Amino acid sequence: MTGPILDARTPGPVAPTGRRLPDPKQCQRFAEQMLRLAVKAGADGAEVLVRDGNELQVKVRLGETELIKEAGSRALGLRVIKQQRAAVTYTSDFSPAGLERFARDSVDLAALAEPDPEGALPAREEMARTVADLDLWDEAVLSIDVAEGLRRARVGEAAALKLDKRVTNSDGAVFGRTVGASAFATSAGFSGAVRGTHVSFAVEPICDDADGKKRNGVYWTASRFASGLADPEVVGLEAARRTLAKLGSRKIPTGAAPIVFSPDAGRSLVGQLAGVMSGGALWRRSTYLAGREGTAVASPLCEILDDPLIPRGPGSRAFDGEGLPSRTNVLVSGGILRTFLCDVYAARKLGRRSTGSAARAVGGGPHVGFSNLILRPGRTPAAEVERLDRGLYVTDLMGFGFNGVSGDYSQGAAGFWIERGERAFPVGEITVSASFDDLWKRVDAVGDDLDARSSVQCPTFRVSEMMIAGT
Amino acid sequence: MSAGGGIPTTPKASMVSPTSSPLDGIDAALAERLLSAALGSGGNYADLYFEHRAGADYVLEDGRVRTVGRGVTLGLGVRVLRGDATGYAYTEELAEDRMLAAARTAGQIASSGDAPGPIAVRPVPLADRYPVSEPSFARAGVDKIALLRRADVAARAADPRIVRVEASLAEELREMLVVTSDGHLARDSQPMIRFGVSAVAEEGGERQVGRSGGAGRFGMEIFARPGQSPEEHGREAARLAIGMLHAVEAPAGPMEVVLGAGESGILLHEAVGHGLEADFNRKKTSNYAGQMGQSVASPLCTVVDDGTIKNERGSINVDDEGNVGQRNVLIENGVLVGYMQDRLSAKHFGIAPSGNGRRQSFRHEPLPRMTNTFLAPGTDDPEDIIKSVTRGLYAKRFSGGQVNISNGDFVFALTESYLIEDGKLTAPLKGTNLIGNGPDVLRKVTMLGGDFELSQGTWTCGKDGQSVPVGIGTPTMKIAEITVGGTKTVR
Repeated sequence: MTGPILDARTPGPVAPTGRRLPDPKQCQRFAEQMLRLAVKAGADGAEVLVRDGNELQVKVRLGETELIKEAGSRALGLRVIKQQRAAVTYTSDFSPAGLERFARDSVDLAALAEPDPEGALPAREEMARTVADLDLWDEAVLSIDVAEGLRRARVGEAAALKLDKRVTNSDGAVFGRTVGASAFATSAGFSGAVRGTHVSFAVEPICDDADGKKRNGVYWTASRFASGLADPEVVGLEAARRTLAKLGSRKIPTGAAPIVFSPDAGRSLVGQLAGVMSGGALWRRSTYLAGREGTAVASPLCEILDDPLIPRGPGSRAFDGEGLPSRTNVLVSGGILRTFLCDVYAARKLGRRSTGSAARAVGGGPHVGFSNLILRPGRTPAAEVERLDRGLYVTDLMGFGFNGVSGDYSQGAAGFWIERGERAFPVGEITVSASFDDLWKRVDAVGDDLDARSSVQCPTFRVSEMMIAGT
Repeated sequence: MSAGGGIPTTPKASMVSPTSSPLDGIDAALAERLLSAALGSGGNYADLYFEHRAGADYVLEDGRVRTVGRGVTLGLGVRVLRGDATGYAYTEELAEDRMLAAARTAGQIASSGDAPGPIAVRPVPLADRYPVSEPSFARAGVDKIALLRRADVAARAADPRIVRVEASLAEELREMLVVTSDGHLARDSQPMIRFGVSAVAEEGGERQVGRSGGAGRFGMEIFARPGQSPEEHGREAARLAIGMLHAVEAPAGPMEVVLGAGESGILLHEAVGHGLEADFNRKKTSNYAGQMGQSVASPLCTVVDDGTIKNERGSINVDDEGNVGQRNVLIENGVLVGYMQDRLSAKHFGIAPSGNGRRQSFRHEPLPRMTNTFLAPGTDDPEDIIKSVTRGLYAKRFSGGQVNISNGDFVFALTESYLIEDGKLTAPLKGTNLIGNGPDVLRKVTMLGGDFELSQGTWTCGKDGQSVPVGIGTPTMKIAEITVGGTKTVR
């Protein structure tokens, strides 16, 4: 075990609001204690995740406070293995008696599972040896209290409502802050703890359209650091502009056309593509990309990587959900599928090595997941990407229209019709569809405007042809 | 909304036997102390929501039960209202000092400092909408694993092209205790069991997946219900996967569409259900705002939200703010007659709450939510409805849908659909979407079958980041025109 031994009686630090601040050392102490209890209860191997977080959320609507929500939450997740049988359990009872009983019950439960040699813990030599500081903690976030959150929400919403008299209503402005710590300890030979902060702010104005429909839009800002947030007024104004631009939305005729995806819309496509590049989907034969490694799965313009090591990154993590070192993985370069991401289990199923891509939540065992998933920006200015003689610029996608097993894709869409290089009018109530393989191979322009606000990041990009269903 | 198949996503639950509940120690006197603390800063109303949720899940993959999971969550959520504003806090530690701290934190929404009046709570009598004859937690884990195995065997036996099967069973018992400052005290115990099978079929390099599952507030007796045995779910998942291997490209563009009975109830959920939740209408952000008493659908349409149906997935004896579950008519013969109300919105509209205040857990504030939402049956013969279509689409099964509340545009994803040519079902179609606008599509309902069905599927509704179990249902219905989001141009 690499973690320090901690004094169990050390009280945790206290946030300016008087609330107990999530403390990584305390989480680690609980994780290591649980690990000892599990082994004592008869587990051959065990791993423990402890999470502790405080959340603050405030919402203002039409200038009035609508919601103040503030709470702290702590939970522990355990995976135990005994005679190659595994149980995954969860508790929020941290009393000494509770932890001990939980360890025993979890080990007993494992007897219900069936032996699975591939489900063993990672090999000792695979484990992370150090925990890098990825600069995910901002002390300044702690000083944003309820009053300051409300002030920002009022300023942001007021800016949206003031911009234009056609902004007639509001779904409100929401400021959110989370402060969290987590620790992971495994009998495979790793113990580490980290902490992080995150702040976000969103404004959602509403306009009345001529046909009786309402038009809503949103703009948001988010960061690990308080200084990384956009100014509330700027967010409110941009939200109002985006909403006003939707006034007069209409359907367009059914037919094929080039389609440009904004970073907001494109993000979900990147996430769906990477989802079928998971070793978990591969061994389950549940991906249309099975057997396609080393071949073209996207246009040569596409470079996709998963990078957990970005300082201050929204999805950054120093080690993965099984305690393996985080590393940058290139999924696609030059349009060629380079690798499927694997956790230890998928790697064993496929006769490979883990790519350090295990995700883990308190309520479940490890599985393949992403950290910062990025479609790399290209060289084309974003304005050039949408300079089409005719085509569709998509700002919003809706619905569950992707089947990763077959690769069929169809989603509801809204955005703008482009004519002679300009956004001619807003469009809604249509669908865009293609086989996913065609969609990615037909990418013919990738913009230079990477949107790094969330853990799935992409620039504006264009697909040379997809089917639009409308009138 | 979406339907679950495969691996459940809720936190695995615990070790505490559901028969001994920590909620037993919460008495009226303690509740009254906490409510007084919550109202200490001058709030108008407060409620306490104690929740103990135990769950377990079993997943069989590749013929082997890889892991079993269990877990428990326990906590208290405290809400304080002042006007239209909500203060909310929660704690997982049920020591009185922690609960008082949460009560005061929630109370910070108010600042007038008025002292609260005396609070006296009394139990609300509840019906029993979910009688369970064989509680699942009382049965050994091996019995549940045996069910998974039966499904696995049935799916594999259905066709040699089935190359992979996954079966899962999840059980949950949610005990809740709601106490309100206006005197309601309600305690309910809400069981849920769900079973799901997914099967992957391969042929000539093509790969398709089929899913089947069932859920409800049942015990083990669910598996004796029609269509709910592990074998039936296994065969159905296999049938869907195999059927899709020969599916053709779906058409693109507006078409006449027949929606089959049962799962097509997703149309009601998305096209009108969300738009009739009272919060969106109170805030005038729904496209149905201000239309009470007006015609919003074809006169054929009567839409009901009913939390009282026996053992249904969305049924509730009591909602999560202490009001009993009800049957509420939302649209009657095409005319808008009611919204789904929680306390906050009901007060705004000056009417009684309708028993629709629901929340995901003690960590979440209640919102107006659907329970079981359906379209009442008509009189047409379902066969005649299909025969009446020269060229169109028949939709039978769905994976999920989504709506934009403000403009009413909705989409739902089809997992089983067929072309209709000259009144007959012909080619199966690849997965696609239907997109439409709620008020527009409901005015285009031209035929309605007498064959009403509630879907037995595992439907979960998401709103403002909160998930709750719901039910859906509909008879066979015909829509004169709706846009089909396929890839093939139609002439």
